[in-house]
Amino acid sequence: MKLVIAIIKPFKLDEVREALSGIGVQGITATEVKGFGRQKGHTELYRGAEYVVDFLPKFKLEIAVDDSLVDKTIETILSSASTGKIGDGKIFVLDIQEAIRVRTGEKGPEAL
Amino acid sequence: MEALEGKVIELAYALDTFYFLVMGAFVMWMAAGFTMLESGLVRAKNTAEILTKNISLYSISVIMYMIVGYNLMYPGGGTGVIPDLTFFLGEDNTAEAVIASGGDVYYSGISDHFFQVVFVATACSIISGAVAERMKLWPFLLFCVVMTSIIYPVQGYWKWGGGFLDEAGFSDFAGSGVVHLCGAVAALAGVLVLGARSGKYVDGKVNAMPGANLPLATLGTFILWLGWFGFNGGSELIISNVAEANAVSMIFVNTNLAAAGGVMGALILSKVLFGKSDLTMALNGAIGGLVSITAEPLAPTPGLALIIGFIGGIIVVMSIVMLDKMKIDDPVGAISAHGTCGLWGLLAVALTGGSLGAQVYGAFMIILWTFITSYIFWSLIKMFFGLRVTEDEETEGVDISECGLEAYPEFSKASGVKPSVYPEQ
Repeated sequence: MKLVIAIIKPFKLDEVREALSGIGVQGITATEVKGFGRQKGHTELYRGAEYVVDFLPKFKLEIAVDDSLVDKTIETILSSASTGKIGDGKIFVLDIQEAIRVRTGEKGPEAL
Repeated sequence: MEALEGKVIELAYALDTFYFLVMGAFVMWMAAGFTMLESGLVRAKNTAEILTKNISLYSISVIMYMIVGYNLMYPGGGTGVIPDLTFFLGEDNTAEAVIASGGDVYYSGISDHFFQVVFVATACSIISGAVAERMKLWPFLLFCVVMTSIIYPVQGYWKWGGGFLDEAGFSDFAGSGVVHLCGAVAALAGVLVLGARSGKYVDGKVNAMPGANLPLATLGTFILWLGWFGFNGGSELIISNVAEANAVSMIFVNTNLAAAGGVMGALILSKVLFGKSDLTMALNGAIGGLVSITAEPLAPTPGLALIIGFIGGIIVVMSIVMLDKMKIDDPVGAISAHGTCGLWGLLAVALTGGSLGAQVYGAFMIILWTFITSYIFWSLIKMFFGLRVTEDEETEGVDISECGLEAYPEFSKASGVKPSVYPEQ
């Protein structure tokens, strides 16, 4: 089992979610986050005082999938979340040691 | 015929009293305007406190002015500098006395009190914005007690109560000096004793602290604009004949134009200076324009009123930038809009026949009295009660430390546990 963490642009959330449903992904956790990579931020102005907004709004998606679905998941996120412009985000893949469903206590890939 | 004449006198009295009361109610509505403007320009964590401050200062103004302030400002007698001291409100005019006066007594004395009390509330309201986000609530309210019972009435007496400034030919129709400049100077003294917000001026840089709710700030400005028709229009004090009705109409039009000029002056200068059209500057510009015309909204032509307001808008932007350079922290631009423009408003009276010398003299005396007494009382309050919240309280937000609640609890970053407003699933 792998945990796929994807940082994406906020307006891409719906598109990514629908695309992932299409390949059989059954659950996603989404968090509103702020971040920057090489995109950096922009400068704003308030009553004559400039200030730099470094951290831009993003969404962090955490998707737990069976090993067999990982490559397809990554491919799907890349095609649905990408705009070709700077700030599209990043994907990380982590190993999951254990997964458990709270309602039934099921463990392993059945819990995904 | 005498009966008919008596009826006409009574009718005029009723109309003028009604006019006073309605215009006074308009000015009362400015309290809501200030409240919304200030709450929109402070940060979310400090919003509930400034709302509380505004509704409390209005209440204190009403109470203290009834107890002593009004009588101090409009005493039966005095030396011209020191007014006579009496307490509480007296009796109103009887119908017989009004008719016997042949119409010289043309409005209810109590209605005059009502009209005046909302003006002193305006002066106090100016202070609350300048000291926002770092002053303790009750020490502020204590200062309001002093402001409404001593500081404001004494300088008000000097001009509107028939004191020495009035006799010197100083002209201030609706209070550019007596209300706005006075409030702003008291605010300035407060800010100097209080200090800037933590983190505002660091290493020679001015740090922006954007307001949490610009729609509220804009709404507040429009409310003030509307209320100002009462502020200036009501200050004509009478409407019940052709000449006066025409005068009031001109005042409304000039007030409106000055505000419009102020908006455009500030907006254009903001675009020129910063390259961006700063909404908050435009809002301050409207206020600055209104303050600028308040010393004389009747005499100028509409074109001149527009120009006076436009210059007020220019002045307000430059004053805001300059105060920041001097590390005088005014979160809402109150000192600039009411003080710097109040001063301009007083001097602009010379453009329509006033004596520049008398205007300078009046401005100087108001500034001198207000600054010295305010500085003393702010310092005393600081010494005995403390004026400023602690650094931790300021970081957490004065909503928590002073009010124990938040203005926007569902959007709070401070609280770790959200209130249980999420529906059961």
